[in-house]
Amino acid sequence: MGRAVAVIGTGQTKHGRRPDVSYPDMVREVIMVALEDAGITLKDVDGVVHGTMPSMMEGVSSTHLYFAEAIGAVGKPIMKVETCGSTGQSIAHCGFFWVASGMADIVLVVGSEKMNEGDSQATMTTVFDPYFQRVFAAGAPGTFTMQCMEWMYRFKIPEDKGREAAAMVSVSNHDNAMDNPYAHIRMKVTMDDVKNSRIVTYPVRLLDVCPSSDGACAVIFASEEKAKKICKKPAWIKGVGFRGEESFFGESDKSIWPSATEAAQEAYRQAGIKDPLKELDVAEIYNPFTYQEMIFCECFGFCPRGEAPDYVLKGTFKKGGELPCCPSGGTLCTNPIGATGLIRLAETVLQVTGKAGARQVEGAKIALSHAMGGVDQFNGVTIVSSNL
Amino acid sequence: MAKEEYRIIEAEAVVPYELALGGTVSNFFDYLKEEKIMGKRCRKCSRVLVPPRSFCPRCFEEMDEWVEVGQEGVVETWVYINMPFYGQVIKVPYVSAQIRLDGSDSGLTHLIAGFDLTNVNKVREIVKLGGRVKAVWSKEKKGNILDIAYFEPVK
Amino acid sequence: MPKEYRTIRGDVALPYKWALGKTWTRFFDGLKEEKILGTKCTQCGKVFVPARTFCPVCLSDMAEWVEVKPEGEILTWTFVSAKYYGQVKDPPYIIATIKLVGTDCGFHHFIGGVDLSDAKQVRQKLKTGTKVKAVWRPEKKAEILDIAYFAPLK
Repeated sequence: MGRAVAVIGTGQTKHGRRPDVSYPDMVREVIMVALEDAGITLKDVDGVVHGTMPSMMEGVSSTHLYFAEAIGAVGKPIMKVETCGSTGQSIAHCGFFWVASGMADIVLVVGSEKMNEGDSQATMTTVFDPYFQRVFAAGAPGTFTMQCMEWMYRFKIPEDKGREAAAMVSVSNHDNAMDNPYAHIRMKVTMDDVKNSRIVTYPVRLLDVCPSSDGACAVIFASEEKAKKICKKPAWIKGVGFRGEESFFGESDKSIWPSATEAAQEAYRQAGIKDPLKELDVAEIYNPFTYQEMIFCECFGFCPRGEAPDYVLKGTFKKGGELPCCPSGGTLCTNPIGATGLIRLAETVLQVTGKAGARQVEGAKIALSHAMGGVDQFNGVTIVSSNL
Repeated sequence: MAKEEYRIIEAEAVVPYELALGGTVSNFFDYLKEEKIMGKRCRKCSRVLVPPRSFCPRCFEEMDEWVEVGQEGVVETWVYINMPFYGQVIKVPYVSAQIRLDGSDSGLTHLIAGFDLTNVNKVREIVKLGGRVKAVWSKEKKGNILDIAYFEPVK
Repeated sequence: MPKEYRTIRGDVALPYKWALGKTWTRFFDGLKEEKILGTKCTQCGKVFVPARTFCPVCLSDMAEWVEVKPEGEILTWTFVSAKYYGQVKDPPYIIATIKLVGTDCGFHHFIGGVDLSDAKQVRQKLKTGTKVKAVWRPEKKAEILDIAYFAPLK
């Protein structure tokens, strides 16, 4: 694990449609918030890590160069990491590695996206290989829906039961987003609203799917020495796991998703977690699709394979349940992709430091955050704790 | 300044590409022209992958043994796509699927078609998880993945 | 099988809607009125063109607007003869970085009003420090090409 590493500050923009502000200005907005939260200035920062989804999302290649000043990187070492949807966790891990290695004491990590400036599904379709799969792909929904179908078939989950549980995931995330001032979609939805919403990619309906958001997130990592000096209540990184898979969708079993499973196992091993359902207080799962949240719950060992719908229906992952998932409203209600995985981490930091406001899970001490990316291909997990 | 005064620039970025297929993919497409679906077998783990790979993604071994696989297979998963987007090649609605061809160990992404796709509930009665499908060839071959026009359910 | 390895040709076309935000909206509105607008950092005093919302050096707000004289001197320039896909202007042409009077940065634009057929003459006319002046396009669209080019002062 290297040196102990803490998160000493986080920042988020108000996510949503942001035609009022240029991309660099939006990014700079979040840097100022994070620096203020940590109580430091740019002078204290040793290096900057930035990430987005494909740069083509906004039509500017290498966005980190385009707004180096907005991320505070003028005169500092700068790195860009890009792993599609899992970018947010990748950049967090990069910041962690940088400090853990002893090569830097304070690192600023920034994730951003302005999805409404491009055509998000057209851009995401360019993530697919150009020879075999791109013509059939339909952005993210096409792939994720196939995974959900495969999962229900593999574990003999009746379609109606899957539908019911997915609707409940949607209702619960939307309820949670009402408590989150940064969330993009803030509206109450009912089970019937979800089940009757427009089909996007059968059986996935509009309210099973995340929005396209503009937004940014920044997280500041610090060494133990600095953290103890600067920050009254840091969150400590206890475990990081990341795994990749083959690029062709059909070459691994997405119903048990090896990369998600192994990334979590690696993070648990480092953090010394044996029974995640009991030991974790809160989880921020990357859930752009309702059905996928259930697959992740299984991969992360929150429940046995094929039983996530039962656990969802009995309320295990709801606010007030045994392991609340996505008290922020999750990716389902806010998805500026390059920032999303980092928002998951920032939200868990707020939870274990007691700063989550109306969405606070009472007494949360240890939390899991996660992001997924590529053609169902990458998964990253981070465990944070209030204790060193 | 009022909010509506903040403007937006509309633009399009068009970038041309010439992608090298390499040996394995060139040959796979050449076989399609002859209405043959060929995979490659890994000497180490013995898995047959379609589309073929020049190396095994798990063993990292060279894959040099060509194997002809069946033109029929099993639907591992499918999706009904009813979502249009900019530059989409196939017009909605359509069905994309993962098809495990007989004799192969991976899913091939392709279309399931050959029937009326307008009503999703009717489509659900025809396309089944675990159901068998069969390749339908395009008359005119271009040496690309659409030389297989689509897969149709086996009666 | 043949040993001939093929290629596939294709385009990737993606549409965009770029938000200008308050600062760049005002900058481009200025061009429509044949005004080049910059902003000044209240902390370090530097003036940047195009206008910036925040100072790239201090990261502080640049709330003070400054109208900049449409004149300056060439910091560096190059003669472009290379062609590429989707190029806005057919080569040959000259691009330059120009330091406008009273600003603390370089400004990117075309140099015009120079006979490009004679390279020797171009080299004699254009030097670091050569004074240039904006030539406005008659029809304004609130975009960077509302300035047609910069021409050397006689």
